[in-house]
Amino acid sequence: MSAARPDTVANGCLASYISDPRRYDELLEPTGVVRPQWRPLIDRLTDNDARAVARRGLELTRRLIVENGVTYNVYADPQGADRPWALDPVPFVMTAVEWKSLEGGLAQRARVLDALLADLYGPQRLLAEGIVPPELVFGHPNFLWPCHGVVPKGGSWLQVYAADLARAPDGHWWVMADRTQTPSGAGYALENREIVEQVLPDAISAVGARRIGGFFGELRDRLLGSADDGETPLAIILTPGPFNETYFEHAYLARQLGLPLAEGSDLTVRNDTVYLKTLGGLRRVHTILRRLDDDFCDPVELRSDSALGVAGLLGAVRAGRVQLANALGSGVLESAGWLGFLPRIAERLLGEKLTLPALATWWCGEEPALDYVVANLDRLVIKPTWPNQRFEPVFGRSLEGAARTNLIERLRTRPYAYVAQEHLALSQAPVWRPHGALGFAAKAVSIRMYAVASGSGHSVMPGGLARIATDTAVDVVSTQRGGGSKDIWVLADPADSDSTTIHRGGSRIAVRHDEVPSRLVENLYWFGRYCVRCEDKARLLRATLGARIDASVWKSAVKICRDTGLIALDAEPTASLRDERNSQGVVADVRRLAWCASQVRGRLSSSYWRAVSDMQRRLQEGLASRDEPRAILDRLLLSLAALAGFSFDDMTQDAGWRLLRVGRRLERLQFGASVLAQHMASDTAIRQRHIEWLLEANDSMRVYRSRYAVAPRLWPTLDLLLRDAEHPGALAFLSRAVARDLAALSASLATSSAASLVASLGGEAEDALDEVIPDLGDEELLTLEGDGRDAERARQSLATRLRALAASAGKLSDRLSMRHFSHIDLNSQALAI
Amino acid sequence: MSGTTRYRIRHETAYVYGSDVVHSHQLLHLVPRPAPYQQCLEHTIDISPAAYRRHEEFDAFGNPVTRVEFEHPHRRLAVTTDMEVEVHPRPSVLAADTVAWERLAARLTYTGRFPAREDLEASRFRHESPYVRVKQMFTEYADDCFPAGRPILACAQAVMTKINSEFKYSPGETTIATPVTEVLKLRRGVCQDFAHLMIACLRSRGLAARYVSGYVRSLVGSAASHAWVAVYTPPFGWLELDPTNDTMVGIDHIAVAWGRDFGDVSPLRGIILGGGSHRLSVAVRVEQLDG
Repeated sequence: MSAARPDTVANGCLASYISDPRRYDELLEPTGVVRPQWRPLIDRLTDNDARAVARRGLELTRRLIVENGVTYNVYADPQGADRPWALDPVPFVMTAVEWKSLEGGLAQRARVLDALLADLYGPQRLLAEGIVPPELVFGHPNFLWPCHGVVPKGGSWLQVYAADLARAPDGHWWVMADRTQTPSGAGYALENREIVEQVLPDAISAVGARRIGGFFGELRDRLLGSADDGETPLAIILTPGPFNETYFEHAYLARQLGLPLAEGSDLTVRNDTVYLKTLGGLRRVHTILRRLDDDFCDPVELRSDSALGVAGLLGAVRAGRVQLANALGSGVLESAGWLGFLPRIAERLLGEKLTLPALATWWCGEEPALDYVVANLDRLVIKPTWPNQRFEPVFGRSLEGAARTNLIERLRTRPYAYVAQEHLALSQAPVWRPHGALGFAAKAVSIRMYAVASGSGHSVMPGGLARIATDTAVDVVSTQRGGGSKDIWVLADPADSDSTTIHRGGSRIAVRHDEVPSRLVENLYWFGRYCVRCEDKARLLRATLGARIDASVWKSAVKICRDTGLIALDAEPTASLRDERNSQGVVADVRRLAWCASQVRGRLSSSYWRAVSDMQRRLQEGLASRDEPRAILDRLLLSLAALAGFSFDDMTQDAGWRLLRVGRRLERLQFGASVLAQHMASDTAIRQRHIEWLLEANDSMRVYRSRYAVAPRLWPTLDLLLRDAEHPGALAFLSRAVARDLAALSASLATSSAASLVASLGGEAEDALDEVIPDLGDEELLTLEGDGRDAERARQSLATRLRALAASAGKLSDRLSMRHFSHIDLNSQALAI
Repeated sequence: MSGTTRYRIRHETAYVYGSDVVHSHQLLHLVPRPAPYQQCLEHTIDISPAAYRRHEEFDAFGNPVTRVEFEHPHRRLAVTTDMEVEVHPRPSVLAADTVAWERLAARLTYTGRFPAREDLEASRFRHESPYVRVKQMFTEYADDCFPAGRPILACAQAVMTKINSEFKYSPGETTIATPVTEVLKLRRGVCQDFAHLMIACLRSRGLAARYVSGYVRSLVGSAASHAWVAVYTPPFGWLELDPTNDTMVGIDHIAVAWGRDFGDVSPLRGIILGGGSHRLSVAVRVEQLDG
């Protein structure tokens, strides 16, 4: 065996990877040799069949991203602008020594920024001493005057902090930007790690990289550690909602941390205390990890046009009754303008020298700085000082003639609104080349690091998010959306045995299950209803399309489909599945189902969610293909059956789950009763072919055959679809099951008033049924089969009662909504005079 | 100019809602703030229905603020303030004695040296705020008011007179949601709009200006709460100008609160849960007491 072989392969893979003398190369030494920290990884990736490893790796990554639904912009609608998260599975490797220095620097920076916030929102000493320009503070839209003088509970402003760093050509790391408001991306880092671990199994331990799970344990401890009143602490994640670009991350973090995900309308402030509206009543919230911007958080005192916030939140903060991560107003530090002032600030506030240098930055508000910037425009990138300015960062050297004069005039007119930064050539790292091309390509990268406040200062995540610039030729210094990402592997220090152990959260407390926000419960309920509605409609349409050969069945089945709206009045039945305009069609309901699923995403397991996105994808593919509608419906029903399975086996069986089940059963009860009513009302109700169609549409043909020895007839069919207490499609079974579920729900509710209301609704479900069923003895069933006028009258009367049953199922649903979800039906409005 | 004047003021606000308001948080700026030239002798705020919680404190700009929370369903909210305020005449200032506007703008710019306390205070009011934009269009609009070397007070007076003569006072044509950039195009508005516009013209040149809300006697704007502008005018501190009436503020004006703009000091702002559509009525009566 020749030891040279892997090298040859490696060289083959590296042939496409070209060093750039203007950049630091993460992978290669200047001599062209692979750096020692990358060696074990590169050997693994280039061993034997490198091309297949890369192809499989990229393919699996893409699949996992699609299946896990990792997106940057989440829109449930499959037609929407859904952008899959971009991940290159080749990790970004860093040595233990190098990491240690960054880690210390990041923790120090977090302390400095926290102290700076304490001064800006307190005595403002730095302003009075001329160390900090008033423009940077008072001009910043995130400096929140109502927060001045408010000391956050626990005394610290920054619970979570992130910074973007880049490596200069000389090998040194520089801070490019601070994230102090609602640092994003930690959830993506964790998701990246999970995907990369599947794509490169065993590699992480073989290479000796540190685990990042402990960081999230510390974050959770930090959030739950602040209850001071003997109550079980409750921390929640506050999200702007599913239309936010990073909603995936909010839902993902909520699931990973075991915390409820809430929107502003799920919370209410009473007597300076924040409460989560849950099914069982109001639950006090102690800590909020917010992903909502500063000025949107409280419409009473901050932006009054914010529908996303929590009215009165600031009052609760002021009273020290709730802790926010991060404190309101911490976004004031998100400006490149601060970078140049931080060294002096660190010395003044903490008597320390900043160990991590920042990218050379000139805030133009100082005259000498402005003069320098104008004189050196070609070497600099000009950026806005504040996030609300409509000004895109621009490279000075790219401007000529009038554009250049205009920029200089802008700078001179309002110098304090601009910042200039040195143009840094980012370092480069390897990524797998796309489309099965062998080997690596070089891409410019920067990294985002995360810190969480802990008892002893700040703990830094031993990993993070490496971000890839879209084009290696261009260094985009600002946040690059959608440019791609990488997992960061920090090598364990062999001397430090602690660094690989998994954090065991000391104060970990079991998640309570009555903390489901009512809005979520409502969406779970509707998710259940839409799942079954799609099943019912798909089956009805499939049975109908299958009945085309029989003119009589076809006619009445199509009429029933038109009555339910499944086939639009003017639509050709065979084309109805692809009829996108029909808001009552199967496709429209699948879209609603997906929307509800996206609303409850934090509560669904990843395989459950995957099943939902799979279903949508397959349906879209089917519709786009030339497949027969029945074949598409077959596949759809299979996917829906999988969803049904998940809803029974894959969810915590709490109040939310119970309502999901109630939703499923109430929907089927309503649909089953109304289709049966239509069948009974038709003059073909006793014909065998029509009854066969009815059994097909109810998915009951197989059960019928196994139970009754006779060919399909009306009375055994009614026995099965109406009276049977064991057949899950039977109306009797369904109403009893709804009553049982509501009784169980009532027993689990904390407040007695809610419990007795639910119990009474359960009683109503049974009563509604009893009005239809009790007089249906065997004899009456037999009578219904007859030819005469009496039989016809009896059938019409049953049809009427079935319609009544469907209507009471609908009413029950309304009352359930009104009682349980009523507070969310009310809209908040802002008043100001 | 006449001497110290005493006023009795009643300010009534009532909301009638189409359906029950089940919960609400409100923020009230209805108590006159302390100021060197005025003194609030007494005041009461009567709120109906009774608030579940009521808190009196000072906001970040030193204005008294009342926070209230309602917990019980109600269809009507009435807030009535009664106050007695004594207003003293202010010394008149010669525009020529104030600093030239460019020198002031330069003086307010960061240099790295210890700023004067008053200048630092003024720098809170030099920037964009939710209702005031800093833009070239405002610089250009008021360009003729700022010839080189003109004293700041003369500039501010010129801006005031310009707005007063070029804009039509027409209630009902703008709302508080009408952006100040739109007001400039419309050439009409009410006292809030004129105050915001004048502030925008000053701040767009790097000068400091704040928004004052209050009441005025027998001038335009006396039927409701009024608004005007305070301009930082060294060496005389803050001088107040009323663009709606084209006049320096004196004993006819009673200040309640000041801030960066309307949003910081609106008399009553809040969030209600429920309520449906609502009807609002406001009445202000300013009465001079003999004495």
